[in-house]
Amino acid sequence: MASTVDTATLPARARPKYGSIKRDRAWALRWSYFFLILFAIFFLLPPIYMLITSLKTSAEISAAINPWWVYEPTLDNYKELLTQDIYLRFFRNSALVSVIVVIITMLISVPAAFALSRMRFWGSTTLATGVFLTYLIPETLLFIPLFKMFATFRDWTGIELINNWWVLLIIYPTLTVPFCTWIMIGYFASIPKELDEAAIIDGASWLQTLLLVFVPVALPGLIAATIFAFTVSWAQFLYPLAFTTSVDQLVLPAGIITTLIKGDVFNWGQIMTGALLGAAPPLIIYAFLMDYYIAGLTAGATKG
Amino acid sequence: MAEAALSTTRSSASVRRTSLRRVMQRKSTIAFFMTLPLILLIAVLVLYPAFYSLHLATLNKSMQRFVGLGNFFFLFKRETFWMVVKQSCIFAITAVILKALIGFVVAHFVHNIPAKGQRLWRGVLLVPWVIPPAMSCLGWLWLFDPSYSAFNWVLAKFGIDPIPWTGDPFWARLSVILVNVWIGAPFFMIMYLAALKSVPEQLYEAAEIDGANWWQKIWYITLPMMRNIIAITTLFSLIVTFANFDIVRILTAGGPVDQTHVFATWAFQLGIVGGDLPLGAAVSLFMVPILTIAAIFILRDITRRGSEV
Repeated sequence: MASTVDTATLPARARPKYGSIKRDRAWALRWSYFFLILFAIFFLLPPIYMLITSLKTSAEISAAINPWWVYEPTLDNYKELLTQDIYLRFFRNSALVSVIVVIITMLISVPAAFALSRMRFWGSTTLATGVFLTYLIPETLLFIPLFKMFATFRDWTGIELINNWWVLLIIYPTLTVPFCTWIMIGYFASIPKELDEAAIIDGASWLQTLLLVFVPVALPGLIAATIFAFTVSWAQFLYPLAFTTSVDQLVLPAGIITTLIKGDVFNWGQIMTGALLGAAPPLIIYAFLMDYYIAGLTAGATKG
Repeated sequence: MAEAALSTTRSSASVRRTSLRRVMQRKSTIAFFMTLPLILLIAVLVLYPAFYSLHLATLNKSMQRFVGLGNFFFLFKRETFWMVVKQSCIFAITAVILKALIGFVVAHFVHNIPAKGQRLWRGVLLVPWVIPPAMSCLGWLWLFDPSYSAFNWVLAKFGIDPIPWTGDPFWARLSVILVNVWIGAPFFMIMYLAALKSVPEQLYEAAEIDGANWWQKIWYITLPMMRNIIAITTLFSLIVTFANFDIVRILTAGGPVDQTHVFATWAFQLGIVGGDLPLGAAVSLFMVPILTIAAIFILRDITRRGSEV
């Protein structure tokens, strides 16, 4: 706070003397806004164009007129898509998978992070580093061996994992748990030791300390981790594409790409509508919980 | 084990010590059970498949016969393989450099404007990162459409011939890089912005009094202060970009004639679509060296910071 007061009062006194610096600052500000607007156009162009296309009829999309303008806006694409059973099915699958994965992730990573940050035991620091390293193993390295493993599992037990939407519940935690554990370790480590020592002295068990002291105090971290787990599960594309093929088992990203694109026939109005609706849940979460979202994003590199 | 042995030697004396030992033992058992699901998950679904792919890559297509390094020699003989190696490196390096540059520049602009408006701009500029890549890639695919490209419509207004965004090898490579930069630059922006906020204002004031220009301030203050964040963000992004799948798969599916394939999409093409899992595993294993190098540097940075604290 002290520094903001400083910078607010200092220039006011200094300005009459150093008019050139003031002018420089004003120009720097103007250029900043100019370039920010340019970059904002670049960053927002695709989603805006998707919105424009989703409001058009097929006839207007294929007409040789200005593609950046909607001449006859219509919500037909939205109506049609939201009454299609198959699209609702994708949405339901995606929502189910993401919510359950968030729950699994929290159940695994919160106790683990607590144990790793507070209950020092043999190998706990190595394990914490190891957790972080597994976060760096990309899914593109694992999907082929996992595919073969699931096939072998079927041969042994007769349980078919591939081509069921719930197989994603088994795989997605590998994407979410390492990072969530890592940022929860960071958040738990920032809680003063006196707090849990007091709880233990008062006779709380480790589980009570975790649930009644740590979880409430580290709630911002928990929210950030939850958002991360949800958005990662919602956006994942490779695993559903490789592990599910039947139309009724698909989640949104894979579903839109495999069903709305039929051979060479592209119904772009519907594809854009589907993609926008698919992007909506993460965007809505982001709009309301931006600070938590960004905290989770920067936690990986700035904490720990 | 070591801890248990340690505590037995220590606690041989008093009764108070033995009860302490029991507590210690209980604590470590509880801790072990709390981390057990995590350990199992990582061991069974991350570490085991990672090593299993080494074994898988040495089998023949029907996965019944051991062929040693046969798959690798087969790949070395194929021209497409070397093209994929080249394209993966070009794709990852160009995209990461561009993302870092754009992120740095945009972060500065956001940092320059009054604090009141920063939140809004930051929020708007991060949107490409928030949209699931598969969804935004569809938007790009439509923008790049051969016959209805909205970009080409604008270019035509200026009398420029239509650009074959995904049809020509050169432009297709450029397009996938462009989309990757579009998705990833906001992430860099956010990280750099967080780093910029942590640079003490006094350093700039002191430099200003000493007569430093803006370039000197960036070179001698901003960059050294942000070095850690820049390094770790770049390494992170290098891993993610090098292993990227969504963008290439949706925009070009590797085409035209395999010219834009990266390791991940080619492994998918050979392994899942083509049904030759061992060959696909062999291809994806080529990502390991560069991932390992990046991971080592990240780990070094993290352990160093850990010891500083």
